[in-house]
Amino acid sequence: MLSIRNVRVRYGPIEALHDISLEVNEGEVVTLIGSNGAGKTTTLGAVSGLLPLAGGQIHFDGHDITSLAPHKRVPLGLIQVPEGRRIFGTMTVAENLDLGAYARTDRANLRNELDEIYALFPRLAERRNQAAGTMSGGEQQMLAVGRALMSRPKLLLLDEPSLGLAPLLVKEIFAVVKRIRAKGVTVLLVEQNAHKALEVADRAYVLETGHISMTGDAKTLANDPRIKAAYLGA
Amino acid sequence: MEFLQQVANALTQGAIYALIALGYTLVYGVLRLINFAHGDVYMLGAFFGLFISRWTGALTLSQNNKSVPLWMTAVVFVGAMIGSALVGMVIERFAYRPLRTAPRLTALITAIGVSLLLEYGGQMAFSPDPQPFAALIAERNIIDTPSFSLSLVQLFIVGAALLLMLSLNFLIQKTKIGRAMRAVSIDRAAAQLMGIPTDRIIAFTFALGSGLAAAAGVLNSIYQPSIDPLMGVQVGLRAFVAAVLGGIGNIYGAVLGGLLMAFAETATVAVGLSRYRDAVAFAILILVLLVRPAGILGRNVAEKV
Ligand SMILES: Nc1ncnc2c1ncn2[C@@H]1O[C@H](COP(=O)(O)OP(=O)(O)O)[C@@H](O)[C@H]1O
Ligand SMILES: [Mg+2]
Repeated sequence: MLSIRNVRVRYGPIEALHDISLEVNEGEVVTLIGSNGAGKTTTLGAVSGLLPLAGGQIHFDGHDITSLAPHKRVPLGLIQVPEGRRIFGTMTVAENLDLGAYARTDRANLRNELDEIYALFPRLAERRNQAAGTMSGGEQQMLAVGRALMSRPKLLLLDEPSLGLAPLLVKEIFAVVKRIRAKGVTVLLVEQNAHKALEVADRAYVLETGHISMTGDAKTLANDPRIKAAYLGA
Repeated sequence: MEFLQQVANALTQGAIYALIALGYTLVYGVLRLINFAHGDVYMLGAFFGLFISRWTGALTLSQNNKSVPLWMTAVVFVGAMIGSALVGMVIERFAYRPLRTAPRLTALITAIGVSLLLEYGGQMAFSPDPQPFAALIAERNIIDTPSFSLSLVQLFIVGAALLLMLSLNFLIQKTKIGRAMRAVSIDRAAAQLMGIPTDRIIAFTFALGSGLAAAAGVLNSIYQPSIDPLMGVQVGLRAFVAAVLGGIGNIYGAVLGGLLMAFAETATVAVGLSRYRDAVAFAILILVLLVRPAGILGRNVAEKV
């Protein structure tokens, strides 16, 4: 469904991604793990189109999206939940959700999506008319995910959704990832929390300073001594 | 009654400042850019109004002391607003968009350059001399007492400005494109990730602000029926001060700032210090910014980098 081939991304003269290749198949949860600064956010920026490529190609669902404008990728069914949530803080929860559906042409069906998302995140329903920025970090993360789901994506890109959340909320977020996949949405999950990420994912890629250093089945990687030593604190 | 008269005059002037200040604030909201050419777009609006008045025959009617039919007035307004909206979009597309990722200072200098281009271009195209404007609204007083008079023109200006402001508020608060404008002004990259065509939204914002400036240009020209290519310089500066005073980026702040500027100006003139009115305006601005650095209704947040 998503195929990244030999992608390079530069920030000015510095190359942050060197020849990255990665595949995500329909129905999978794939995780991209790596330490801070490895290039995980940069990879998602390349996929969502915020960052131009210095080389390589990206295909999504049969389309070559290598140089497609970011806003044109959303209607194809590709949406990103950015790192740090980036919700529209002075707007209400309902307005944020509505913006997630901006690119949709079937606005008559929005009601169903909205009901589904409010069922998935009951806290958002209670706070629908509240300014989004006044909610707790966990609620804001739920909103960021809900907002992306409003676009009815085929592939959801999640950038460190557990970052800065209390353990209980981290658990909740990963439970949400499972429920999203159960709805038939494919997920590419970027995480520093390798332990949790490998638990929910089918397959994983390990990113190290702009290279893919390892890839494989999530269960296998979780038991790999090198992964245990570097990312699982064992 | 003298006081009431001053209030009526200040409201009229304030409505015009507010309409222009809205354009500064809208563009600043989505681009964090002071569009220094905005006062000149206001001037162009007045000239578009003049040309359309000529073309429809409104100018001839008014010069023969005949009243101008309402439909002609409407055509002049709508035409001038569309004309300036297109100019605003062209300025955005060719002067500012190529500099989207350039340093702030580059965009600022470009803005000043565009402003000078329109001012000197305007003098070449329309001649530097003042030209009479059409009396699009009958020159008649609705209230006429020895101590207080309110003209139909004043009522029309305040009414039209109010209608435009309410429409703008509806657009921004209640429509899909208005939500997109707010999203772009809060976080452009996040807006892009939601599938919002941010370039189109920014162009639309320029069109909107420029259209309001043109409406202000025509309204002002009905009030003070003589226009010239430099008419936007001083008014533009005052409206800019108004936008900053109210809290740039905030549409209610722009309206509040516009009214405050007009009241301060009227008061300064009333006590016989008309030569100092700009000095007073800036003094108020500095005092307010000392207490509230982001303006009266501005949010005091650190500038995003
Ligand atoms: N806007 C930027 N300008 C310059 N360098 C950047 C920028 N964003 C990220 N980088 C650099 O690119 C590398 C990868 O960053 P990033 O993709 O954010 O890592 P991760 O998400 O894995 O923590 C880092 O070395 C980082 O310093
Ligand atoms: Mg990151």
